[in-house]
Amino acid sequence: MSSIVLIIILLIYLGFLFFIAHWAEKKGNIKWTNNSYIYSLSLAVYCTAWTYYGSIGVAANSGLSFLPIYVGPIIIIPAWIIILRKIIKISRVNKIASIADFISLRYGNSRFLGAIVTLVSIFGILPYIALQLKAISETFHIVTKTNSSSLIFNDTTTYVAIALALFASYYGTRYVDASEKRKGIVTAVAMESVLKLVFFVMIGVYVTFFVFDGFDDIYKQASQLTNFKEKNTIGDLTQGINWFFLCMVSLFAIFLLPRQFHMSVVENNREKHIKTAIWLFPLYLLIFNLFVYPIAWGGNVLFEGTAVNADTYSLLIPQLFSNEWMTVLVFLGGFSAAISMIVVSSISLATMLSNNLLIPYTFLGKLNTEEQVINNKKIVNIRKIAIFSLIITAYFIYRFFALDYSLVSIGLIAFVVIAQLAPAFFGAIFWRRGSRLGAIWSILIGFSICLYTLLIPYAIGITSSSSTFVNDGLFQIELLKPFQLFGLDYLEPVPHALFWSLLFNTFLYFAISVSFKGNYRERNYAEMYVDIDKYSTNHENAFVWKGTAYTSDIKKVLIRFLGEDRTKRAMHIFNTKYNVASDQELADARLVKFAENLLTGHIGTASARILISSVVKEEKVTLPEVLKILEESKENIIINKKLTETSNELKKISFQLKNANDNLVIKDKQKDEFLDTVTHELRTPITAIRAASEILHDDDEIPEELKKQFLQNIISESDRLNRLIDKILDLEKFETGKQTIHPTNNNLVQTIKNSIEPLQHLIKNKAIHVTIISNEKVYCSYDDDRIVQVITNLLSNAIKFCPETNGKITIKCEIENNFVKTSVIDNGKGIDVNDFETIFDKFYQSTNQNIKKPLGSGLGLAICKQIIEHHKGNIWSEKAMNGANISFTLPIELQRE
Amino acid sequence: MKKILLVDDEPNIIMALEYTFKKNNFEVFIARDGQEALDILKSNYPDVIILDVMMPMVDGYATLEHIKNDKNLSHTKVIFLSAKNKTSDIEKGISLGADAYLTKPFSVKNVVDKVFELVS
Repeated sequence: MSSIVLIIILLIYLGFLFFIAHWAEKKGNIKWTNNSYIYSLSLAVYCTAWTYYGSIGVAANSGLSFLPIYVGPIIIIPAWIIILRKIIKISRVNKIASIADFISLRYGNSRFLGAIVTLVSIFGILPYIALQLKAISETFHIVTKTNSSSLIFNDTTTYVAIALALFASYYGTRYVDASEKRKGIVTAVAMESVLKLVFFVMIGVYVTFFVFDGFDDIYKQASQLTNFKEKNTIGDLTQGINWFFLCMVSLFAIFLLPRQFHMSVVENNREKHIKTAIWLFPLYLLIFNLFVYPIAWGGNVLFEGTAVNADTYSLLIPQLFSNEWMTVLVFLGGFSAAISMIVVSSISLATMLSNNLLIPYTFLGKLNTEEQVINNKKIVNIRKIAIFSLIITAYFIYRFFALDYSLVSIGLIAFVVIAQLAPAFFGAIFWRRGSRLGAIWSILIGFSICLYTLLIPYAIGITSSSSTFVNDGLFQIELLKPFQLFGLDYLEPVPHALFWSLLFNTFLYFAISVSFKGNYRERNYAEMYVDIDKYSTNHENAFVWKGTAYTSDIKKVLIRFLGEDRTKRAMHIFNTKYNVASDQELADARLVKFAENLLTGHIGTASARILISSVVKEEKVTLPEVLKILEESKENIIINKKLTETSNELKKISFQLKNANDNLVIKDKQKDEFLDTVTHELRTPITAIRAASEILHDDDEIPEELKKQFLQNIISESDRLNRLIDKILDLEKFETGKQTIHPTNNNLVQTIKNSIEPLQHLIKNKAIHVTIISNEKVYCSYDDDRIVQVITNLLSNAIKFCPETNGKITIKCEIENNFVKTSVIDNGKGIDVNDFETIFDKFYQSTNQNIKKPLGSGLGLAICKQIIEHHKGNIWSEKAMNGANISFTLPIELQRE
Repeated sequence: MKKILLVDDEPNIIMALEYTFKKNNFEVFIARDGQEALDILKSNYPDVIILDVMMPMVDGYATLEHIKNDKNLSHTKVIFLSAKNKTSDIEKGISLGADAYLTKPFSVKNVVDKVFELVS
């Protein structure tokens, strides 16, 4: 394929990426850009050109050793749920924008430590970026079948590097606050992660199933090759140790690589996204590695005896079969892998370079103008230039140094260098005693050993065998041979360097930390890091600071970087959060920390501290005092928590009280209504009695017949009065639980018949037809007298409401599960559906104020209900064909209490 | 001859009042609830109505409202006779436009006196 065509394809592809980034940036928070899948996929920036091409090279040349780089992360990823969550929390509350911020803040906000971390990262990562450029360049020449040009302006990579530098510096510095999320970049990287995986799987399937005849075929042919067996075992113990160290170094890398820290921590929107990443990311790595072996050994079979770079098998194989289309796709996949690494790495390195090195050491003085816009412009420009120069520097490294080495070797060197941050990093979140001095020395010594055992020998060139430094050691001293330091001669260079550097590094970190006490600021941050869960909501409380500061001074500093509006808003948030008056003249520790946090995203932790310190007067705090204050604040938090709990409980109780009170009020009202009704009901017969008596007493001329009638009225009204009193007392006994029932085993049908007997004359009077539908005998246990009372009541009602002619009453008795159901059905005018429940209320007419329902005393059904419920049964009215249907149930076996 | 309408759902109370007013030369009409009363009032215009409050179907208050809306009954006096004897009940009855409010149990003599007071 000609260079021009490929360049056009590349341009289209880059344009597409710009578009994705632009779109995601514009859309902001929509579901498509802010979800756990985008987050998980963006983590796959871990898979660079090294994974894409280099793994195949390693698999082809030395078998399984390509695997540890993936095994390491997969081992540690489940622990993300604890470790990464903690790191994200710490970073969020402190507005941390890079791993340099993270480490330096923990060790007392040390400017020097931040600078060291930055420099170590740049040393480690720049060659790694160069490696990606190299991969792009090499593969470009393979696809176009050209030779690499020695002229910079003829080298396509030059232009690719410039395009990437533009892309990264534009989208990487959209916000002055470096801890802001860059949705455009994240979405573009996630997109590329999908593309590179898809293209890699495509070439895998192509080689396995189209070039060869499946996995078996490749294996059969490959096993004929020499050394197949030796290459495909882990090997002896030494190899095992090599494996161990490689797993370890990649395990560290997944946390410490600036681009991984950036993607997994700084760009994390929600902690719960980790949950998806925990399974999706390892799955991604697994799929990626599925076809490494078939491609590598397929390549070995196809190119046996020819001197080609095994790294590029995935391009050479389709090319061998003249499948240009496939070749270009594979190239684009590798290109994706390379550029996402370059972009993300350069952004994260540039943030460090600006916030942890350039601004605190040189530019801070120049950001002192009062104009926020100018300050922000300067900061953004510093970062833009940083990104640009980092990529361009990497380009020069690629041009002048990295041309000789395989992808894997330089990648691993980067891993080892970055691993030097591990003790200080993990110590930061798990060990309170870890101190600034310990961290500084551990990183410096670790890095020096790396320099000696890896970087220098590689820079000199391991290929030039004439190097006496590598072969004979420094000053020709046997023990100082860089690859066999102190006589350790059975490890490969990378594990060897990792072993010695980390050994000294870790030892120094612990030894110095234990031997020399850190200052109060270190100890303060140590508490905040290790116990982040306790402080995450009100972390400003945990900041120990003593001295005098004026709110107005702090405000002035904030305005210089945030502007008038944002400062006002931020102060408002602070005042509301901590309930501080807005005209408070003196600032406290919380405001100092709050202000530092606000500035951190813009200019880094160290500079933020320097700026704030310049306007406040800080007093030294002794270590015991820090611990005391922290203890108090911890206690306060605990007390607060308890208070909240108690107040919640109180709220609950008061709610219950209110409910109980409401119920009481309702009950009280019901009682009042009941009393009202009772007095009314009692007064009615008394009125009749009083009127009749008065007439009999005053009127002597009253005819004999009428006199008798009035006397009869007095008698019947007295009886009525008495019945009423009986019923009220009856009901009251049931309601207060004083009434007990005495169940015996009875035949319910017999009880029904017994109840009908006294009513016979009423039934006959109205010529009502009564039917009983039931078996001859239905036994269950109940209080016979009481059930007679119930049935009598229901029957009396039924009789009363039956029509004057053709009255019909049906009594049904049937067994349902453990109950006997009895229904009394008449063919009268029926009961209104709305009254189905209220008819069982006492004096139910009272609910409808002044309207009486012709239902006798108004207590009959209420008493029936009480009786049935005391039998653990149920009584209700339901729809009938015509007329009323009231049913009740009785349990067959009544459990006595 | 003066005309009186007695409205109550308690037959024994009606009986006592009916006897008393007949003896005092009233023409007596009887209704057992509000609806019956309104039916009677379509064609008869009594001078006095004695009205219970709590009755089936149509209560005393609703009945009074109908009476007040009937021009033919503009001269008819209405007396509530009710077991609802709280001050608030009495005030309510009067405010609805009743001419008097007597409580149960009542003295027959008092009722008769009140009726004469109103019709004379």
